[in-house]
Amino acid sequence: MKKFETFTSRVVPLPIDNIDTDQIIPARFLKTISKAGLGDQLFNDWRYDDAGNPNPDFILNQPRGRNAGVLLAGDNFGCGSSREHAPWALTQFGFHAVISTSFADIFRGNAVKNSLLPVVVPKDAHEELFAALEIDPDAKVEVNLADQTLTLPSGRKVEFPVDPFARHCMIEGVDELGYILQQQGAIAAYEATRTCPLNTLP
Amino acid sequence: MGKPRTIVEKVWDSHVVCERPGAPPLIYIDLHLVHEVTSPQAFEGLRERGLKVRRPDLSFATTDHSTPTTDRSLPIADKIAAAQVAKLEANCKEFGIPCYGYHSEHQGIVHVIGPENGLTQPGMTVVCGDSHTATHGAFGALAFGIGTSQVEHVLATQCLLQAKSKTYQVNINGSLKPGVTAKDVILALIARIGIGGGTHTVFEYCGSTIRALSMEERMTICNMSIEGGARAGLIAPDDTTFQYMHGRRFMPKGAAWDAALDRWKQLPSDEGAVYDRSISIDTAALEPMVTFGTNPGMGIPITQPVPDPGSLADPLERDSLAKALHYMNIEPGKPLLGHKVNVVFIGSCTNARITDLRAAAALFKGRKVSPNVRVMVVPGSQDTKRQAEAEGLDKIFREAGALWREAGCSMCIAMNGDQLAPGEYSVSTSNRNFEGRQGKGGRTFLASPLTAAAAAVTGVVTDVRTLL
Repeated sequence: MKKFETFTSRVVPLPIDNIDTDQIIPARFLKTISKAGLGDQLFNDWRYDDAGNPNPDFILNQPRGRNAGVLLAGDNFGCGSSREHAPWALTQFGFHAVISTSFADIFRGNAVKNSLLPVVVPKDAHEELFAALEIDPDAKVEVNLADQTLTLPSGRKVEFPVDPFARHCMIEGVDELGYILQQQGAIAAYEATRTCPLNTLP
Repeated sequence: MGKPRTIVEKVWDSHVVCERPGAPPLIYIDLHLVHEVTSPQAFEGLRERGLKVRRPDLSFATTDHSTPTTDRSLPIADKIAAAQVAKLEANCKEFGIPCYGYHSEHQGIVHVIGPENGLTQPGMTVVCGDSHTATHGAFGALAFGIGTSQVEHVLATQCLLQAKSKTYQVNINGSLKPGVTAKDVILALIARIGIGGGTHTVFEYCGSTIRALSMEERMTICNMSIEGGARAGLIAPDDTTFQYMHGRRFMPKGAAWDAALDRWKQLPSDEGAVYDRSISIDTAALEPMVTFGTNPGMGIPITQPVPDPGSLADPLERDSLAKALHYMNIEPGKPLLGHKVNVVFIGSCTNARITDLRAAAALFKGRKVSPNVRVMVVPGSQDTKRQAEAEGLDKIFREAGALWREAGCSMCIAMNGDQLAPGEYSVSTSNRNFEGRQGKGGRTFLASPLTAAAAAVTGVVTDVRTLL
């Protein structure tokens, strides 16, 4: 995993509540056995028409949708299916952070494991940012994970919550499995204390 | 006596392996269910790191999502899907995980075969790379969906780093009127709290309605906990649970069963246990439910009008509802009753169990499918399929003009070729009505098997109570 560093970026607004993972990446693209190439299918059914041509009305097909590291979305982003293909597609497209008023639990967990930061902000900051982007589509925000602050185009700093362990892993660029593997002594000790009622082997 | 605890706290406490400063608790997983879509990258991760599966004896795989529901003697026509199904079977062989593969007589939807074979047991922690894992909560298991990174974590260590969820007591009381089912109960709950209403929590469903439900009906309720935003949803085990489980393939037998029974009977929440949140639902006035929009929270009693975006004050909420109605091409202000239907899908991990098939068959019996409707009945597993055939249900479906298929997720997720054409409307017993969920441009009305069967025979959205 890449180390997550403080960055400043333009923002792509997607003012829709409850954007589910089927919209982020439709299920028919989940037949792949690798992680590669999913960025091309990000928001596929909003992004392309039935013939596969880019839909010019969709923001990712407009100049302001390119080379931006931050997505600004409505409430409850990432609800629905547990597919980790959703953060894979978002990061492959170039997003490093998503800002919303809330995130679905599974998506939030999947995102941080892929160096994609879910930034939860209060409703007033959320509205301020949408309004700022209406006035200046090139307005920028700064995302600082170390300080857990988002700096809005007005200069106002907003704090956001992050699970401390996820924050540590993202800043250091290490994944959780390394840590869990170090706990094998505790795992073996735990296993020794219990009788398991299940054996799936034939 | 210690502090009274909820069932969620009891299961949680007994699974904490360790809790180190600066990290979430490490919890042990008793059952890891695996399917073809969310596992290949996890197995690849194991290979890259040179890791083995720590507990293949606590793991189990099947193929369901991209699996065709057509004739199993034929090869899988979609080459990408075929490769994914083959990859699962190869990975399971390489890592020693038992698998009910494409040709197994026990293959089926992962959340159907777990309980059916007795893999799912009370007090367990159960995970799967699938958000509908909460289904297994019907047995008093703490069961939740995980992403592919966590699938790899569990394969390698049988453990997960997991923050403790809050508890949300969902009290459901009252009897269900004829034509009103468990599916209507859960759709009504989600319509009330919204699809983010349970975020950060685990539901515990309690009350007289829940106690009177069969295990299949309880699974329907727990299955859709995620549609209410919850991490998981569960129901304390009781005699109904134990009767369902006894004698199933992977259940403990003899003295081990008796010992397990003693443990399981300690699981229900203690008198005086405190929940972080609670809600009460009275089912006396409950009607059959149907969704009109593009998320499962957009549901209404079938006789009620579709809400008007103009009535909402919040601009983002108003726009989201307007966008949903535009996608569905539906006008607000009047009920969906009489709206034309192109497809009826009876299946999915929500409603493809034997009792669902019996309920639908009872309505189809002596009736014909409307000539304008394509009806697919997809059993949840090959075992369920055989049982339904032994009861003659397949004949009823076929004589009515419905398609009777092999087991799989099918049109719930539309990965396997079973799908809506753009613009088509379905009444579906599945769990999600998101844009394009049943095929790009397809439009989904979620409902119970009874309401789906009613639409199949009339060709329009119908109040099933008029046909009973």
